[in-house]
Amino acid sequence: MEDKKTDQIIDKNIAVNGMAMAEDHSEKTFTISVLTENKSGLLNGVTIVFTRRKVNIESINVSITEVEGVSRYTILVRCTREVVEKIVKQIRKLVEVLGAFVYEQEEIHYQELALYKVQTKHIMNGNKVENLVRNNGARILVIEEDYIVIEKTGHIHETHNMFEKLKPFGVLEFVRSGRIAISKSKRETTTFLKELEEASKIKINK
Amino acid sequence: METLLAKEIEKKVNHGQKLSGAEAVILSLLCEGVDTVFGYPGGAIMPIYDALFQYQEQLRHILVRHEQGAIHAAQGFARVSGKVGVCMATSGPGATNLITGIADAKIDSTPLVCITGQVASHLLGTDAFQETDVIGISMPVTKWNYQVTSVEEIPEVIAKAFYIAHSGRPGPVLIDITKDAQFAEAAFKYKKCENIRSYHPVPKINHDHIQQAVDLINQASKPYMLIGQGVILSGAEKELITFVEKSGIPVASTLLGLSAFPPDHELYVGYLGMHGNYGANILTNQCDLLIAVGMRFDDRVTGNLETYAKQAKVLHIEIDPAEIDKNVKTNVAVNADAKEALSLLTEKINKRAYPEWLAQFRECNDLEKNKVINHHIHPAKGELKMGEVIHLISEKTKGEAIVVTDVGQHQMATSRYYKFRSNKSNVTSGGLGTMGFALPAAFGAKIGAPERQVIAIIGDGGFQMTLQELGSIFQYKVPVKIVVLNNNFLGMVRQWQQLFFEKRYSSTEMVNPNFTAIVSGYDIKAKKVSTREKIGETIDEMLAHQGPYFMEVIVEKEENVFPMVPSGACVTEIRLE
Repeated sequence: MEDKKTDQIIDKNIAVNGMAMAEDHSEKTFTISVLTENKSGLLNGVTIVFTRRKVNIESINVSITEVEGVSRYTILVRCTREVVEKIVKQIRKLVEVLGAFVYEQEEIHYQELALYKVQTKHIMNGNKVENLVRNNGARILVIEEDYIVIEKTGHIHETHNMFEKLKPFGVLEFVRSGRIAISKSKRETTTFLKELEEASKIKINK
Repeated sequence: METLLAKEIEKKVNHGQKLSGAEAVILSLLCEGVDTVFGYPGGAIMPIYDALFQYQEQLRHILVRHEQGAIHAAQGFARVSGKVGVCMATSGPGATNLITGIADAKIDSTPLVCITGQVASHLLGTDAFQETDVIGISMPVTKWNYQVTSVEEIPEVIAKAFYIAHSGRPGPVLIDITKDAQFAEAAFKYKKCENIRSYHPVPKINHDHIQQAVDLINQASKPYMLIGQGVILSGAEKELITFVEKSGIPVASTLLGLSAFPPDHELYVGYLGMHGNYGANILTNQCDLLIAVGMRFDDRVTGNLETYAKQAKVLHIEIDPAEIDKNVKTNVAVNADAKEALSLLTEKINKRAYPEWLAQFRECNDLEKNKVINHHIHPAKGELKMGEVIHLISEKTKGEAIVVTDVGQHQMATSRYYKFRSNKSNVTSGGLGTMGFALPAAFGAKIGAPERQVIAIIGDGGFQMTLQELGSIFQYKVPVKIVVLNNNFLGMVRQWQQLFFEKRYSSTEMVNPNFTAIVSGYDIKAKKVSTREKIGETIDEMLAHQGPYFMEVIVEKEENVFPMVPSGACVTEIRLE
């Protein structure tokens, strides 16, 4: 699992020794994972942090987790490392947020789901669409009299490729879910929650 | 009689008696030790006001004249007492009128609990009379908010509200309670909130970071320390003095940090920021270690970040992790409460002194004294200047009064020339810059610290933004002293127009009414002064007066506040004239 919410100050040893920290000002895609208490209205609180900085959310997904009462938001943004870190720190300040973490692509396993609606006649007239489905690891979800729904999971470029390939047949509707991601870290959510519980009891030693 | 009542309350609190939600609100406040509430009634909060009726002995309600007055008064109360300020308002316009004050309290880290009434839960979302989505509106400006729709939640939610408002970096909390939840009944039990698993107000001290900080301090040859309100909020004034005297490091204060450190101390070098002291600003760019404690590097302090303290290593001691590296990149950050961090650092640092470095500050201060300060506080002729009025008030109160300022030139003159010698004495709207803050905040402050002299210093513009609160001062006979520095201009905007917009005075000149006549209508003693001969004796009269007192001072019409770092300029580009 992720680093603790409380353990958020990057160790500054490098800078102390007089070496400038390398800074990356390029825009990248980041996956932000937020663990929260299940509270109505909190989504608004989280998105406000992006709104204030005028950072566009590419996709967002809210789901339950393996722990009852705990939700996970998976948010995809494109911005610089500096901006995403500031955003995440401000998300962590929200009282019901248990933890917020930033990942680059190689730090997570992730997936999106896409649905495509095309006219039924295309699978009746020849096997081009059927082959597309077969060759792209997609499947046909439903067949109705006048339309079929194709489902495909994959990364954005894969589901988008499929969309491009289906275009010549006329896509009546196309929808893609927000990204969901699982980090490569080995720590369990329940362990993390126990640590949080302990950290919340720290009192000032005055 | 009173003990009997207290016993009655005790009985209700501990025995799970069935009570209305409205009464549960009042008892919850009493359980949190609240004795004063600022507010304004209305339809959706009537059950709570009705319950309040029988607790008037225990819970004093101050009826303001506008909800903005209630929240600023609660802010003033909180800032001087260190307690959580409490205010109440009804739904709709009552709640929206609180928003400016909530935003102000958020940016200035003031602990508040705001209770708003809400339409009955079955009417939510229907555009019912006086319904507004106050949860949605207040979300970006509260530390936490919550809508109560069932009576059972009330004690727990209020306990949580107080815990969140005052712990860690303090801030405003809003609790919206539907009218049906106020009417409904439930067994009442109160338990103070002690922790919330998702909320970590106190960072765990990282001793490696403390050691790295100590190393930086011990290696520095021109260290410079900036202090902010975090020192006051953490109650670290003593620890700060001990640290400073051992380390020998010169100290400067932000606007909200004023009154945290004695201004006469030999290591105090001044006030930071746009209208701060000359040396305090320019030497930021000569130090080799910048130590920031409980401050957030506001743009009014740093000027252009691209040229701010680039030569220095930066050590930031700050309780809010989101402030670290937000504006200024740190070399070492200690995420901690100021009091705890300063004690730990003091133990480990070497005893040092930096006479040559300190002399540089003294030189700058002498220069500023000759070029600016003397002309402002000891002018030989001409109309009264803001600086000299503040200087006189400072001398005559020995710097021991609570001074509440509004926003603008008078505020900058006060932060420059009032010598805050007593802790928790500077109440001003810093981050949000809310005109109209001072009058209600001052009477709130007087209620929060009744034994202290409280002086509001306000401009003629800001005074007219919340002037209606004279009514509250009159009704409760709050003996607050009100000083209006009148230049018949929105002075700070006019100054910018003069300096940066070629003197195009667009909508800044004010045609003002007879202020003393208005104030006299509220039965508050009022005097108008415009001469150097009269000012001293009028201040004496004001300070000696038992009740509230109003002094209007006619000051130079087009006086400018200097020094000044123009907006977005480098701190070294500070102008002395």
